[in-house]
Amino acid sequence: MVEGTKESKKSEFEPKIVGFLCNWCSYAGADLAGTSRIQYPPNVRIIRVMCSGAVDSVYILRALLEGADGVFIGGCHPGDCHYLDGNYKARRRIVLLRDILDALGLEQERVWIRWISASEGQQFAETMKEMTEAIRKLGPNPIAKQWDI
Amino acid sequence: MVKKSEKIGAVAVIGGGITGVQSALDLADMGFKVYLVEKSPAIGGVMAQLDKTFPTNDCSMCILSPKLVDCSRHANIELLTNTEVQKIEGKPGNFVVKALKKPRYVDIDKCTSCGSCEEVCPIKLPNLFEQGLSDRKAIYRLYPQAIPNAYVIDKEGDGKHRGCVDCMKCVEACTVGAINHDEKPKNLKLNVGAVIVAAGSQPFNPVIKPELGYKKYKNVLTSIEFERVLSASGPFEGKIIRPSDKKSPKKIAWVHCVGSRDKSVEHEYCSSMCCMYTAKEAVIAKEHDADVEPTVFYIDIRSFGKDFDKYIDRAKKEHGLRYVRSRISEILEDTKTKNLIIRYEDDSGELKEETFNLVVLSIGLCIVEEQRNELIERLGFETNEFGFVYTSPDDPVVLRPGIFVAGSFLEPQAIPESVMQASAAAANAAALLKDVRGTLVKEKQYPVERDVSGEKPQIGVFVCHCGINIGGYVDVPAVVKFAESLDDVAYVEANLYTCSEDTQKKIVDAIKKHNLNRIIVAACTPRTHEPLFQKSLREAGLNPYLFEMTNIREQCSWVHMDKPKDATEKAKKLIAMTVAKTRFLQPIQEAEIPVTQKALVIGGGIAGMTSALSLADQGYETALVEKESMLGGYLNKVYYTVEGIDISQLLRETTEKVQKHHLIKVYTSSSLESLNGYVGSYESDIKTSKGIVKFSHGVVVVTVGADEYKPNSYLYGKNSQAMTQSELEKKLSESQPEDIQDGETFVMIQCVESRDEKRPYCSRICCMQAVKNAIKIKELNPRAEVFVLYRDLMTYGFKEKFYKDARETGVMFLQYDVEKKPEVILNDRLLVKTYEPMLDKKLEIPTDHLVLSTGLDPNKSNQDIGQMLKVPVNDDGFFLEAHVKLRPVDFSTRGVFVAGSCHTPKFIDESIYQAQAAAARAATILAQPKLTAEPNIAVVNEDLCSGCKMCISICPYNAIDSVEETINGKQVIHAKVNEGLCQGCGACVGSCSSGAMQQRGFKDKQLIPMVDETV
Repeated sequence: MVEGTKESKKSEFEPKIVGFLCNWCSYAGADLAGTSRIQYPPNVRIIRVMCSGAVDSVYILRALLEGADGVFIGGCHPGDCHYLDGNYKARRRIVLLRDILDALGLEQERVWIRWISASEGQQFAETMKEMTEAIRKLGPNPIAKQWDI
Repeated sequence: MVKKSEKIGAVAVIGGGITGVQSALDLADMGFKVYLVEKSPAIGGVMAQLDKTFPTNDCSMCILSPKLVDCSRHANIELLTNTEVQKIEGKPGNFVVKALKKPRYVDIDKCTSCGSCEEVCPIKLPNLFEQGLSDRKAIYRLYPQAIPNAYVIDKEGDGKHRGCVDCMKCVEACTVGAINHDEKPKNLKLNVGAVIVAAGSQPFNPVIKPELGYKKYKNVLTSIEFERVLSASGPFEGKIIRPSDKKSPKKIAWVHCVGSRDKSVEHEYCSSMCCMYTAKEAVIAKEHDADVEPTVFYIDIRSFGKDFDKYIDRAKKEHGLRYVRSRISEILEDTKTKNLIIRYEDDSGELKEETFNLVVLSIGLCIVEEQRNELIERLGFETNEFGFVYTSPDDPVVLRPGIFVAGSFLEPQAIPESVMQASAAAANAAALLKDVRGTLVKEKQYPVERDVSGEKPQIGVFVCHCGINIGGYVDVPAVVKFAESLDDVAYVEANLYTCSEDTQKKIVDAIKKHNLNRIIVAACTPRTHEPLFQKSLREAGLNPYLFEMTNIREQCSWVHMDKPKDATEKAKKLIAMTVAKTRFLQPIQEAEIPVTQKALVIGGGIAGMTSALSLADQGYETALVEKESMLGGYLNKVYYTVEGIDISQLLRETTEKVQKHHLIKVYTSSSLESLNGYVGSYESDIKTSKGIVKFSHGVVVVTVGADEYKPNSYLYGKNSQAMTQSELEKKLSESQPEDIQDGETFVMIQCVESRDEKRPYCSRICCMQAVKNAIKIKELNPRAEVFVLYRDLMTYGFKEKFYKDARETGVMFLQYDVEKKPEVILNDRLLVKTYEPMLDKKLEIPTDHLVLSTGLDPNKSNQDIGQMLKVPVNDDGFFLEAHVKLRPVDFSTRGVFVAGSCHTPKFIDESIYQAQAAAARAATILAQPKLTAEPNIAVVNEDLCSGCKMCISICPYNAIDSVEETINGKQVIHAKVNEGLCQGCGACVGSCSSGAMQQRGFKDKQLIPMVDETV
């Protein structure tokens, strides 16, 4: 019974996801999902940046501390970065960031980084579905608004 | 040819459809004065009537509108609407174009298109833009977003209905005095150096095929009528309803090849685009109304273009399109229900009938209207057997010296081909007039920028309905109300199409009236529309970077179509986020980069050689790099064409021209080793047999070609008689009539390891190659036997006639189903087994030769070249252009262009015009001595910089230096950004631990409020 209540509560939970998408690949991929009319959950709020390598860890932490349930970073596929290797820089940064998430008591799975090209509208939509479901399972961000920054 | 001193740096472009518009924009950007002559009251052509475009389902008006607005705003383009060309006199370089400007009766400069005149006008006429599905007044605009956006009076009517009756009510209603009923026609004389004819063609009128019931039965529509039915701004506001009872039809049938491939109406050519627009119309209809059951009656599905096969696949699998291979005998009406009964013969030869609620005739294009084309007659152009103008395949856009042609005036074709030809024609005109480039142009003057520093943010928000693209799913009035409630938002307005010309005026007016200092447009993606709106800000005296777009279409309404409430809430949130950022936007002044006015062309096939020649002929020094020891690429493997072009002569002459041109440097047996820099200023290392050669250039054109695929099936490589089409072609080119015996048999199998899961694209050229080789065999010995086993025969456009020729010489064409592929067995002789649906049995054909059509494979090095140039390839390994319809030779990366078969497989004439198009687009950059630099570059706050040099090591462009300075007697080290080298990636910002490094347009103080607003 208790389990059931928990389940139904969880299924009502709509996670808030902040997406940082690079202008050249992932943002264009998200646009293609639109032009192809591929439907996905409305949980992600997209912020366009020029390159995934420009996503400062501060933005990600800020989003989580302010109450985002998940943060998505979308970049070009390895080798395809419009700025040579910004996506590698982003990946390295996320690896380091995961330690900080541990320290904050946050699940590492709340921060996703994926490579999505301008021609992968389908992939973008699928990833959004997947991430929304995954975060929904994790439940709300436990540390939302507990920190004064 | 006229003397240099007599040449005129202006060009007349006849026709204001997308083709003419593209030619005009290219030429104007290259520094020529352009007269864009359009016979109707507005530019836009047929593309303005389309709802969506395949294969991306882009909203047609949304991608066209920015180009039209650009045209009307360009300082070098003069729009002459309601104007018909009468005569062209003179010589290449110095023509006089005589034209008749018919009265509009409305002053374009005074008309504000307020619509008061239309309200009071008592006369109603069928609205021809809406294909007569709705009415308009005698005073009207061609369409709501028409450019010029001014009214026009129809005094003549249409024969059945009379036009204006001079009641003068409109004159009374017009508050600005724009109407003058006494305006007289004017004769114009335009002095130009070249002419481009892009006058378009006519949709076929199916009335002359009475068996189809068009105009007899209300529920039989043409495909162009159906485009208007689908359109949100059309007569039914995008609702799928049928004319007889305004009810939603469930079963809709499309009938292919109406007025195409049809001897009875003397249109024995294929119109090329109907197969694809049919699939598109069916998919969109299904999207508008999920209950629609679409059926397509077809002969072949000609999905020969880039990504077309995938589109058809999705249409079948995801949207449930049902395809019936058939021939229609007649369409009848059930007089009670007004339903339609289609009688047809299916592919087993059985006669069947089926009832539908609505029938759409997929009509083709033709050039003649009532037996003639007035323009062709007046200008005296040579025509082919179909009445279209004739050009030679080795010089595809040249009609006569100095007179060029593009678009469907030349041959029925889709938008990308038309746009490529438009740019190619511009390149040819620019080469002819290179000495007088820039002599007749003006620079666009913007008002002085207002200094907004110290002003409190006053944000204006413009929310776009985009017809029903946004408004159909997002509650726009609710979003407007929400935006009005946000702090610092001073003005909010909703628009039907925010990108239209009249809205640009509204934006400019609102900025001035409400003293706005930051602007947000909530509409589609900034990737396509940001520059358009930024121009409006400049016209209003605002810095263009005080602007942001909120993407509520691609990333909201279109992906949450089934959840309108959520879509509305998300749209609100996205706008709130944008407002949070916009509040902190600051003006940006762009740096200027000098342009090295030279080009690098990679790949020396016909496309590369043509691009190099075109650029050099326009006066730009060009380096041509070819990896093989000789030029020519795939052309070295082509021996003859069905049109009779002498390939060896074309190859020899082109190679000679390239090698002798004083502005072209050829590097054979060479490759691009490395490339550094950015648009306008590249430094390349070319690896040659004699070592590395350094070359500085401003643009890159990629033309690395493609090669024939070698199959692993059908005994290829195991039996000497199994060969590819190219191998057969070589053999036939060396054969004499006596080499082929009577009864000697050739079986050709099409789509071998092509259009399947592994290589899911059509290679476009192989069907014609089979037809060409089949005809050649029959020429050598008419008593030889040739069988072509095919899936869909892709002899599009005028190529259809060679398919017919082949059939007439006795070549047997047998269709096979992809589920039942032909089998080949080797006994003492080769035996081909194929299922024949008409006979409903397996045929066994013993054969001497097995010829495999395998198509082209992309160059293996595309991926590497792509990485070096920072340009993408698609899933199939071909290069991915910036936009499939309207930017077919550009990459998203500024300064890099593509042409030839590395873009997608194509014919020689297509490679030639695409190569010229790439040269034209490249020249729009090379023509300018200076470009404006990337705006979103990094800046250092020197007070905060600790001099740790982390950013220097992380910058991929070596754009950051460390500087030592003495400030107030103190020695300090800080970072300094080179504005020309910085590409604005922001990597340094992410790495800076002191917050000293910031990216313009993406500063912490702009992004952090946005992040905060998100949650």
